[in-house]
Amino acid sequence: MNILDNAPLLEVRGVSKSFGGNTIIKNINLTLNEGELVCLLGQSGTGKSTLFHVIAGLYMPDEGQVLLRGEEITGKPGKISYMLQKDLLFPHLTILDNTALGLLIRGEKKADARAKAAKEFSKFGLEGCEKRYPVQLSGGMCQRAALLRTYLASQGIALLDEPFSALDTLTKSAMHRWYLNVMREISLSTLFITHDIDEAVLLSDRVYIMGNNPGEITTEIRIDSPKPRPDDFTLTEEFLQYKRLLVEKLR
Amino acid sequence: MALALLIGIWAAVCGFRWIPSYMLPSPGAVFRAFISEFPFLMRQAKITVIEAALGLVLGIVLAFIFASLMDRFTALYKALYPLLVITQTIPTIAIAPLLVLWMGYEMQPKIALVVLTTFFPITVALLDGYKSVDPDAVSLLQSMGAGKFKIFRYLKLPSSLPYFFSGLKISTSYAIVAAVIAEWLGGFRGLGVYMTKVKKAYAFDKMFAVIILIIIISLLLMLLVSLASRLLTPWLQAKQKQ
Repeated sequence: MNILDNAPLLEVRGVSKSFGGNTIIKNINLTLNEGELVCLLGQSGTGKSTLFHVIAGLYMPDEGQVLLRGEEITGKPGKISYMLQKDLLFPHLTILDNTALGLLIRGEKKADARAKAAKEFSKFGLEGCEKRYPVQLSGGMCQRAALLRTYLASQGIALLDEPFSALDTLTKSAMHRWYLNVMREISLSTLFITHDIDEAVLLSDRVYIMGNNPGEITTEIRIDSPKPRPDDFTLTEEFLQYKRLLVEKLR
Repeated sequence: MALALLIGIWAAVCGFRWIPSYMLPSPGAVFRAFISEFPFLMRQAKITVIEAALGLVLGIVLAFIFASLMDRFTALYKALYPLLVITQTIPTIAIAPLLVLWMGYEMQPKIALVVLTTFFPITVALLDGYKSVDPDAVSLLQSMGAGKFKIFRYLKLPSSLPYFFSGLKISTSYAIVAAVIAEWLGGFRGLGVYMTKVKKAYAFDKMFAVIILIIIISLLLMLLVSLASRLLTPWLQAKQKQ
């Protein structure tokens, strides 16, 4: 038995980062287990995005480590990719090439990368869009494509930074349901940044609440309602209790 | 439509002899001159087109090299950008005879002048194109493990193509004119040399015929550029279809 088998999928240990004397995030500890969806909830400007840059390996933290399946990846990009509110699909690439981008960057042959990406299109509800350009797709479809790109680039982990906040309410709730389904199907684990309390309660297995100045994790709350959650979950007493709890902790 | 109207007014002005024909030849006279001089014009045009095309291609290559290096190294950008602007402020008429003095009466000074006039718009367009890239998109590629070269290959270069073609369209419209001016100011062959000769002979019908030929050639080159642009930036057409 490998001792690493017991390690969480992703672990952040004591990460701090400051820019020009300003401490942006301080002593962040968090874990993400296989198959979990964990939310980082906090107001804008709490350094959530900085933390994502550290996890993705783009920033070297001043202190602390990032571990992927027990292996240290601090400051090493190329292991975990992320997705933002903007889909950041490249307008000059077809949807197929956009989704295959991470594989191409990793050095796979174009034909192999395309074939691998094409196999996932139906799971992501993107079939028929392979040869289209991003401008020809709706906002929701673009987010799906961006998610597929993230999934293919990051080997089982998705870092999502307010991915649905630019969508209208109806599209957004459709995307929530869709996302939970697809996550189960492809066994994707997700670390999810949001400032939307409803979204956090609806989607999460656990919620980390981040406080301001410097960005610190103040509380961890487990949302114990079993998954899949019913469509009217947001109308239940249980949901409201969690919401009340989170609102209180955010103060 | 506007063109037909223009020619109509031109024909009327000449037909009613409002302007004497030695000052403004009629469209018919210009057309006859064009036909009678056609074989000779074609031979001259070939020279001019070769000069313009070679100059333009060299200009494109130089623009890519300059813009890419200037984008990569900020110090180089700061050092070279003012120099590039200065090259554009030197009057063409002043520099062309110097180029002839340095390079002789053959094609080289003409090509050099075309390069000088065409590479600047392309360089500036490319620099703008490289700068237009979203820093978040760069971060995203880095998170996937891309280095500088892959960021250039997958993001910067393709995103700058629409800018490149805007610059190229401007440069193409300059290219033939620059070659003609260079020939006019010193040379043995080409449309510019032909123009100096017909000017001295006061053969304005022939002068107009050359001007029209230059317009036609420039338009054809522009057409070629827009075809290339359609081929290389298919995603912009996709946008239009929406």
